[in-house]
Order: sequence, then C-alpha cells, then structure tokens
Amino acid sequence: MATSANAAPIVTMRAVTKRFGEFAALKAVDLDVAPGEVVVIVGPSGSGKSTLIRCINLLETYDEGDVVVDGIRVEEGRNLRKVREEVGMVFQAFNLFPNLTVLDNVALGPVRVRKLSWEAARQKARGLLTRVGIGEQAEKYPVQLSGGQQQRVGIARALAMEPRVLLFDEPTSALDPEMVGEVLDVIRTLAGTGTTMLLVTHEMGFARKVADRIVFMEAGEIKEIAAPDRFFTNPASERARAFLDAVLNH
Amino acid sequence: MDLVSTFFNWAVFVRSFPLLLDGLWRTIALGFLSILLGLAGGLLLALGRMYGPRFLRALIIAYVDVFRALPVLVWLVIVYYALPFVGISLSPFASAAFALTTVSSAYTAEIYRAGIDAIPRGQFEAAQAIGLSAFDVMRDVVLPQAIRIVIPPLTNNSINVMKDTALASVVAMPDLLKQATQAQALAANPTPLIGAAFLYLVLLLPLVRMVAIFEKRLGRSGRR
Repeated sequence: MATSANAAPIVTMRAVTKRFGEFAALKAVDLDVAPGEVVVIVGPSGSGKSTLIRCINLLETYDEGDVVVDGIRVEEGRNLRKVREEVGMVFQAFNLFPNLTVLDNVALGPVRVRKLSWEAARQKARGLLTRVGIGEQAEKYPVQLSGGQQQRVGIARALAMEPRVLLFDEPTSALDPEMVGEVLDVIRTLAGTGTTMLLVTHEMGFARKVADRIVFMEAGEIKEIAAPDRFFTNPASERARAFLDAVLNH
Repeated sequence: MDLVSTFFNWAVFVRSFPLLLDGLWRTIALGFLSILLGLAGGLLLALGRMYGPRFLRALIIAYVDVFRALPVLVWLVIVYYALPFVGISLSPFASAAFALTTVSSAYTAEIYRAGIDAIPRGQFEAAQAIGLSAFDVMRDVVLPQAIRIVIPPLTNNSINVMKDTALASVVAMPDLLKQATQAQALAANPTPLIGAAFLYLVLLLPLVRMVAIFEKRLGRSGRR
C-alpha cells in the first residue's frame, strides 16, 4: 500500500492542541497521513485518540495548530463543508438515523450534499449495502437490525459520499463479541481500495493486520509511530511496551 | 320535568341551533388558525433560541417568559381595547387570533426545545459528518425525531388554544360561547349554554383521547 515517503500527505496535523477547560486532550500533536494509507491509532482510554480523529472533520474544534485535509484547512466557515464532503466517519454508537430506512440512511448524504436525485442515490445505496453484505435489509429501519448490521450500514453511509478519508472511531467497541468479526471484515476489504483510513480501535490483532502504520497515543501526545510488526514485537517507547503488556497478556 | 324544560328544552335548542352552529364554525376557524400559526411560530422561536445570535436568544427568552406569565384574557383585552389608542385597530377575530397565536407560540417554543434537546448528540454529529447543512440536519434528521416525541404535548397545547378561543367572546367576537349567551338572552332559557358546552365537548373530547393514545404508544416504543 501507500508509503508515506513520496506522496504529499492528504491529512496534515501540525501542533494541534485541544483543551477541555484545564485538561489538555491533545498536546501539540503532529501527524501526516499519505493518500491510501491506513493508520491505526491505539492507546489507553482517555489518551486523546478519538479527539484526534474528531478534529479532522471538526466534530471537535481545536484550540491551536493546523489541520489540513487535501489542501483545505479544517476550520469553521466555508471550508468546513468541503472538508466534510471528503471525510467520512463511522461512529462507535453507529448513530444511524432512526427515522429513515436503512436505504435512505445511506442515500441522504448523496441527495443533500452531492445533489443526486433520490432515485439515483437509492440505486447507489443499494449497491453499497450489497457490498457490505446487507443488501436484503435495505427497506428495514435501523432498530430492526443487529448491531453488526447497523455498523455495516454506518460504513455504507460513510462510503456513499465517496470520501477520500475515512475515520473510524472505535467501530466495534459497542458490538457483541460475535458481531465484531463481520464489521472488521468489511473494514479490511476497504483497506485495500485506496481510501485513506484513520482507525481508532482496541482490536490489536486487527490493527496489526490492517495497518500501514500504528500511532500510539498517551495523555494527549503521540508517543510512537511505527510499522505494525515493529510496534507489536519491539516497541521503542517504554509506555507502548507497558500498554501492549496490559492489553495483550490478559 | 321542570329541570328538563329548563336546561334541556328541545324547542329552545332547535331554535338556537343555527346560531350555535354559526358560532361553532367561527370558534373552529379561530382555533385552527391560532393553532397552526402557534405551531409554526413556536418552531421558529425554538430554533432562534437554540441556534440564533446571542441578542436574539435573550429576546426570545424574554418573549417566552412574558407570554407564559401573562393571562391570555388580559393580553387579549389589551390587543383589542388598548392598541387602538396607538392606531392599531384589529377586528375581534384578528385580535383574538393574534392574542392566541402569540401566547401559543411561547408555549410551543418550549415544547419544541425540549424535543430537540432530547435528540442525542450523535445524531447531530452523524448528520454533520456526511456534510449536511445546518438546515438539512434539522429537516432530515433532528426535527422528524423531535416532533415525534413532542406530539402529545403539542396536542395538549392545541386543546388549550381551542378552549381559550372562548375568551374571544369578551371582545364581542360571535364565537360559540358568545352566540350561546345571545341565544340564552333571547330565549330567556339556559338551554343554549348547555348546547354550547356539548358542542365544545364534541370538538375536544376526541383530541383529549388522542393525546392519551399517543402517550401510550410513545411510552411503549420508548421502552424498546
């Protein structure tokens, strides 16, 4: 897959700082992500992983620094809509729209933002739902689906906007264990398609398989960035070593 | 026998019925107009209060507080009898519609706000993340869910507005109550008043029942 060496980064974060009152959730974070790259962010709870990816589509505002997506600075105003058209997001709690059918959950973005007709958008949505393996659920409402199926709708909804960057915020953390696999399978097939992905997860085995690079965060800082094999066998930082020890040996 | 001929005098009822019916239509017209305008006005107020600039929010909070505290009858009398002194003369119907709408908007604004507040933040975030404009977020995602939640309190408020239309008789609008008191005076018999009360019940009892059914249904789906 893509190497970060030669291509211009599609996501750039420079000295990004985010405070919640006195608490600094992000402390001068720097990160470059190359087009097509899959970056998995790991670290203990409260280390700022979710805050970091939420700054990329400005669901979280940042107090200092710069976030740039595909040459567009991420900020309130005119730029924001352009950024959100290029950045898709999959949420831990799915956040499907309960008032719309599964099909219309997926079609809504293309209709309102890309100005497709409902007919064209629904046709496209059907294709995406089939691709994530739930084409036959299109006419149902979200509450009628299992958690794993709902999250696959969440992924199809993000894909419908044909984003250049996909953010996954702990996409399997709210799922029953037996449904984690089906969602990870879908994400893995996406990882090979050239879409840039930033993924926050606690699934270490999955992270190792799917990532081009692992970003390890703790206390609002990036402590280490490494290739997955290197990170999981021989992490450079003592912090990462302790973290891996805690999550892998229990 | 005496009781029946006094309160339920059929001959008097038949004679006064056209008058009552005439009043009933006016009551219904006033009620529906005020309810619809109140529903629309309240939504605008709620959105302005939640997402408008700071000065607008303060203005709307003051508006809502004042009109929830002011007795409707006092406000109606001011609109009809006091505003002409500053050159604003409204017909009885327009005065009543204006007074009822302004008050109803204050109540519905609070109801909508509670409904929008009840929508989880994740719904806003998911809608924003796919690039929807603030308008689309409201229209497609938030309001359909919020309004569903507040249908029972909105219906309750609509019932109150419909009942408050009877106040319009004070400003000489020939609504159902006014026509009934006229007919009573004409016939020297209170049967038209009983007839009017009966017509109010026919109009409003189904709505009261509907609220109960809505609440039951919502309670059930809420437990899912």
